[in-house]
Amino acid sequence: MKDLNAPRPGLRAVPRAVNWNRLEDDKDLEVWNRLTSNFWLPEKVPLSNDIQSWSQLTQQEQTLTIRVFTGLTLLDTIQNAVGAPTLMADAVTPHEEAVLSNVAFMEAVHARSYSSVFSTLCNTADVDEAFRWSSENEHLQAKARLILDEYDATGSPLRKKVASVFLESFLFYSGFYLPMHWSSRARLTNTADLIRLIIRDEAIHGYYIGYKFQRALAGLSEAERTEIKDFAFALLFDLYEVESRYTEQLYDPLGLTEDVKHFLHYNANKALQNLGYEALFPDDAVQVNPAIMAALSPGSDENHDFFSGSGSSYVIGKAVATEDSDWDF
Amino acid sequence: MSGLVYFSSGSGNTQRFVEKLGLPATRLPIRASAAPLTLEAPFVLICPTYSDGEGRGAVPKQVIALLNRPEARSLLRGVIGAGNRNFGAQFALAGSVIARKCRVPLLYKFELAGTQTDIIRIRDGLDLFWGRAKATA
Repeated sequence: MKDLNAPRPGLRAVPRAVNWNRLEDDKDLEVWNRLTSNFWLPEKVPLSNDIQSWSQLTQQEQTLTIRVFTGLTLLDTIQNAVGAPTLMADAVTPHEEAVLSNVAFMEAVHARSYSSVFSTLCNTADVDEAFRWSSENEHLQAKARLILDEYDATGSPLRKKVASVFLESFLFYSGFYLPMHWSSRARLTNTADLIRLIIRDEAIHGYYIGYKFQRALAGLSEAERTEIKDFAFALLFDLYEVESRYTEQLYDPLGLTEDVKHFLHYNANKALQNLGYEALFPDDAVQVNPAIMAALSPGSDENHDFFSGSGSSYVIGKAVATEDSDWDF
Repeated sequence: MSGLVYFSSGSGNTQRFVEKLGLPATRLPIRASAAPLTLEAPFVLICPTYSDGEGRGAVPKQVIALLNRPEARSLLRGVIGAGNRNFGAQFALAGSVIARKCRVPLLYKFELAGTQTDIIRIRDGLDLFWGRAKATA
């Protein structure tokens, strides 16, 4: 009879069953809880309320919007099908793998959401044309290539994480700018609500992968850390170069390129901070148009500065529901 | 003498912010089981935000445990919230929650590890704030 208990060399080891009551890293549970409580589907957003608003955009504005969304769809597709799964192979705890499976799935939800926008607002022919455009656009393809090269070729867990954080926290923002811009002008406001759900998820993804990057980095020698940092900044320069050209191509006709670039700088700095690095762009290069910031965080009293007298001292935000049973007064 | 108390988790953004600020500051222990801090002077609290999409769980448990102690709470003079504007209305919500709960002013909000502008504003602002507090003491 065949010995079913014999070790079988060369085959995958049976993984440990994941025990969520024995954590090796508290951050895994913290992020799992945040991601799962933030779960959403595009059906939750009443996109059809944007039909009239869509019809008021010019042909040029509509084409730009569809193209931008196909570009975002490509990034979400990559992160769903390649990025998150490739990071799972490097997970150091079984809980991390579970968190990354949530990341992977939500990226599929994001990619699917753009198609919900399309089917609600657009002509099939226009959408098909935009998907063709995205598969042929040299800048979009170049940025996808730069990320995929790290996922596929290098085999370095740290480099993969750097690429992944740049995708999550930097590359999306040339696209996210546009729905924030429309929202600031009271256009496509329901679509903007959907995009804000995506933006919220991507922030957690970038934060978590950046955190795991910092943990892994801590175990390396000084020389290795320097090498990774040099790599990270070099990759960011390359991506920024491509993003600049992509931005110019898309936004020059509307005269918005400089505005978008400030938003790119601002987000590039945040991506670096997720990795634990210092900012690259100086403060005057990251002054984002206040209308875009307000669209990003509606109702958050974003310029609160008690010291200089802006914002009220005892802030009661619109967001309530913050009672927590741990408070005992 | 008045100081800063802050919480920073393993991602270290608030830690890096406080290092750049260059002012004396005490970090709350990450482990909830660690011995509680003994505080003797008035302080401003710097607190990052961990809320979900509904605003639940914004304030870390370690910070709540500190503020649940009346003798520590009585020394709290103001709060600075940290967060990420990507979370929309929940940006730096922990600061607002603590301000309301403890009836102290929310002094400032910044993102992640802060910018150079944030550092300058907070450094100057704290100078003025403690100066004023002394004058009215």
